[in-house]
Amino acid sequence: MNIINFTPMSALTGGLIIGFSVFLFFILNGRMTGISSIASNFLISKDNRIDNLLFLVGLIFGPLIYSYFTSQKIEISITNSLLLLIGGGLLVGLGTRISGGCTSGHGISGISRFSLRSTIATMTFMIVGILTVLITNIL
Amino acid sequence: MNKIVSLFCGIIFGIGLVISEMINPAKVLGFLNLFGEWDPSLAFVMIGALVVSTPLFHLFKNKEKPIFSSSFSISNKKEIDKKLIIGSILFGAGWGLAGLCPGPAITSIALLNMSSVTFVIAMFVGFYITKLS
Repeated sequence: MNIINFTPMSALTGGLIIGFSVFLFFILNGRMTGISSIASNFLISKDNRIDNLLFLVGLIFGPLIYSYFTSQKIEISITNSLLLLIGGGLLVGLGTRISGGCTSGHGISGISRFSLRSTIATMTFMIVGILTVLITNIL
Repeated sequence: MNKIVSLFCGIIFGIGLVISEMINPAKVLGFLNLFGEWDPSLAFVMIGALVVSTPLFHLFKNKEKPIFSSSFSISNKKEIDKKLIIGSILFGAGWGLAGLCPGPAITSIALLNMSSVTFVIAMFVGFYITKLS
C-alpha cells in the first residue's frame, strides 16, 4: 500500500459541512438525510415529492454556487466506459433500494443514530467496493 | 418553510461534496484502492460528517418535534436481513465500478458531464426496477 493524493483538510472541511446539512434537515424538517431515499422517493412516491425535488435541485445548485463565489472550476475525472457506468448505475440504484440506503443514509445518518443495521450495511458496501476495485485492477 | 429548508440543505450538502472532492470519481476510486495506490482522504469526509451529526442528533433526539414539521420521521428499522446484505453488496460493487454513489452522482449533473449523467439515468432505472418487484 502506498498513500497518494492525500487531502485530509479539504476532505474534513467538506465532511463537516455535510454533517451540518444532515443536522439541519433533522432538526428543522425532522428527516434523516439519505440521498438514495430522497431520489427514489421523488421518482416513485407522492409523499414529500416537492421537498425531495427541491433537495435534489439544491444538490445540483451546490457546485454552481461554489464556483460562482470562489471562481474555481470543479474538475472531475471519469475514465470508465459507458457500459461500465450504466452497469454501475444500475447496481447502485438496485442495491441502495434493496438495502434501504447509501453512503449518506446508512453511512452518515444511520451511523450517527448508532444503528447497527446501518453500520453493517456500511461495512458491507465499503468492503465490497474495495474488493471490486482490487478485482478491476487485476483484470 | 419545509421546502426552503429542503433546498437549502441540498445546497449545503452539495457544496460539502464539492469541497471534499467526494464528487470526483477518481478520488473515490483512489479511496477504495486500499491495496494499491491508496488515497485515504475520503475517510475524513465521513469522520467530519459524523463528528457534527452524531452529537447533535443525540442532543436533540428526544425533542418533541422538529422546528418546521409536526413530527420526526426517522426509520426505526432494526432487522439485519438478507435484503440489507445483498443490497449493500450490489451497491458496493456498483460504487467500486463507477466511483459514484447517489449524492455525488446527482450533484455532478451540474458539471454537465455526460458520463455522470449516464450513470444517474441508469441509477434511476435501478430505483424504478426495485419498485416494480
